[in-house]
Amino acid sequence: MTGRIAFALCWILVLAFLALPILIVAALSFSSASYLTFPPPGFGVRWYRAYLGSSEWLASTWLSFAVAACVVVLATILGTLASLGLARLPRAMQAAFGALILSPLIVPGIVVAIGIYYVFARYRLVGTPVGLVLAHTCLAVPFVVTSVSASLAGLDRRLEQAALSLGATPWGTFRQVTLPLIRPSVFVGALFAFITSFDELIVALFLSGSGAITLPRRMWDDLRFAIDPTIAAVSTLTIVLAAALLGGAHILRQQQIGRQIGTTDG
Amino acid sequence: MDGTALPATGQAQALHGASVVLSGIEKRFDNVGAVRGISLDILSGEFITLLGPSGSGKTTTLMMIAGFETPDAGDITIDRRSVVALPPYRRNIGMVFQNYALFPHLTVADNIGFPLKQRGVDRATRARLVAESLDLVRLPGYQARYPRQLSGGQQQRVALARSIVFHPRLLLMDEPLGALDKQLRESLQLEMRRLHADLGITFVYVTHDQEEALTMSDRVAVMNEGLIAQVGTPEDLYDRPCDRFVASFIGESNFLPGVVRGNEDGMVVADCGGATLRAVARIRHAPGEAVTLAARPERVHFAGVQDDRIRRNRMAATIAEIVFAGERRRYLCQCEGGVSIVLKEASSAEIRPRVVGERVELAWSAADTVIV
Repeated sequence: MTGRIAFALCWILVLAFLALPILIVAALSFSSASYLTFPPPGFGVRWYRAYLGSSEWLASTWLSFAVAACVVVLATILGTLASLGLARLPRAMQAAFGALILSPLIVPGIVVAIGIYYVFARYRLVGTPVGLVLAHTCLAVPFVVTSVSASLAGLDRRLEQAALSLGATPWGTFRQVTLPLIRPSVFVGALFAFITSFDELIVALFLSGSGAITLPRRMWDDLRFAIDPTIAAVSTLTIVLAAALLGGAHILRQQQIGRQIGTTDG
Repeated sequence: MDGTALPATGQAQALHGASVVLSGIEKRFDNVGAVRGISLDILSGEFITLLGPSGSGKTTTLMMIAGFETPDAGDITIDRRSVVALPPYRRNIGMVFQNYALFPHLTVADNIGFPLKQRGVDRATRARLVAESLDLVRLPGYQARYPRQLSGGQQQRVALARSIVFHPRLLLMDEPLGALDKQLRESLQLEMRRLHADLGITFVYVTHDQEEALTMSDRVAVMNEGLIAQVGTPEDLYDRPCDRFVASFIGESNFLPGVVRGNEDGMVVADCGGATLRAVARIRHAPGEAVTLAARPERVHFAGVQDDRIRRNRMAATIAEIVFAGERRRYLCQCEGGVSIVLKEASSAEIRPRVVGERVELAWSAADTVIV
């Protein structure tokens, strides 16, 4: 009995450790004070109003959304195609090419950012949304590939063979059989691509310049030059968005697992 | 989508089966020969089975006919037209897979309608043809179900319906009953024979189950290590196996080493463990040649039990072991000269069971003895 209580206590402590910063930020965002202080002397929505009333914050928010949306489209298409290609390679090559595609995850972000900065500077892409989209796509593709490849590995190749034998062209087979079966993991990959781009700071520090300042970059600047609770309001909104997306991804994954169990069940 | 013409009406019309010719096809994987030169004429409308142990190249051969593998050498023609360069979706061949390969995200109706949709058949015709083919496999009214809601046997019927609904003239089946239990397998075997008779199209069937092959096929091609060991009717293969592999893979055989003494009335006479035995031979054997004689256990009898005038091969033996297996009793008999012979006798209250150690004389027909 005591063991069980101790176990539950550990659980609560771990959860508190993970959730407390978020809760504190959320509490701060509703502060009525004009500077960051905890506990807040009173509550109100003045910092949300400040955020919504600031054209700079809103411009950065829209830019981040626009960049993330473009990244989702590019990374999902490229990542899905890459996964399909990988699945058809011999095993040894699969490992080599897989590692190459995943390398942006392994190489330290700052190294990637510096590399991209030097190349993009040459092509005048620094400080442009296009530059950010391209760079973020590189970082997001591995997430799509990871998700889609896992799903392809579990896909019975004979389903595709069956479709071909029944007269479907390779494109028809992909559209009518392969894609519907891997669709949930493509969505999950797309969600991760969105979050990757929307939250990305390091590359943005190098590439935003003065013309394309994303939301994380704006928060960074704000922290450095003028600490007021607006940043807590923005953070809370960002956390809510990320949590909603991850929750959506979880539900999709559950659906896919349910479908796979359904087929093997007979 | 596909230019392949589909018969306009769904009635069971006089379709004739495709003829398939394999000439010298070879396929290597990682430099290992999976298929090492196979030539086979498959006749229009016949039910032919590729039978062999795993790794004998039977599935690879089927995959080459279907178009999922390309032969490294040789040619495949369907109705005298080479199909080697044709992708699978242009071959118009029906195929049934071992694990059914039903599309899990589509209903039974959409699964069966899939090949029709690829051929641009309109929705109403599709619904009618789907219903007809579900009737054909005895699953009427299952249109709205999903594959996961069906039993293994039902899934296999849907897979069958899907593979014939577009009226292919050739149907390939890769161990379609492998995942089912014995009773279901036997009833589906009969149903496949019925379908074959009804449709009149060519069936190429792959299995490692010799009983299944013998029960269902017009002809069986026995495969071993990437080659065809023997092709023939089930009776041919069972009664006149051409080599030791076929004789032991199909049914059970007693193998008796002997030395040829001469030829007599078209039969080979050989000395074997002190006895003189006669056997049917495909080729002439010279006196003095060492040969192996083969005889089926159920065709060997105890002398004196039945009319012995035709049983000209006799050997004295001692019963070493008896196994009761329901319909049959299986005796292991030790002959003089060191050979052992297995004998199977129908179990019946009218037949006296023997005991271990009993001295007996074995007798069997020379016509039931072959040289392998």
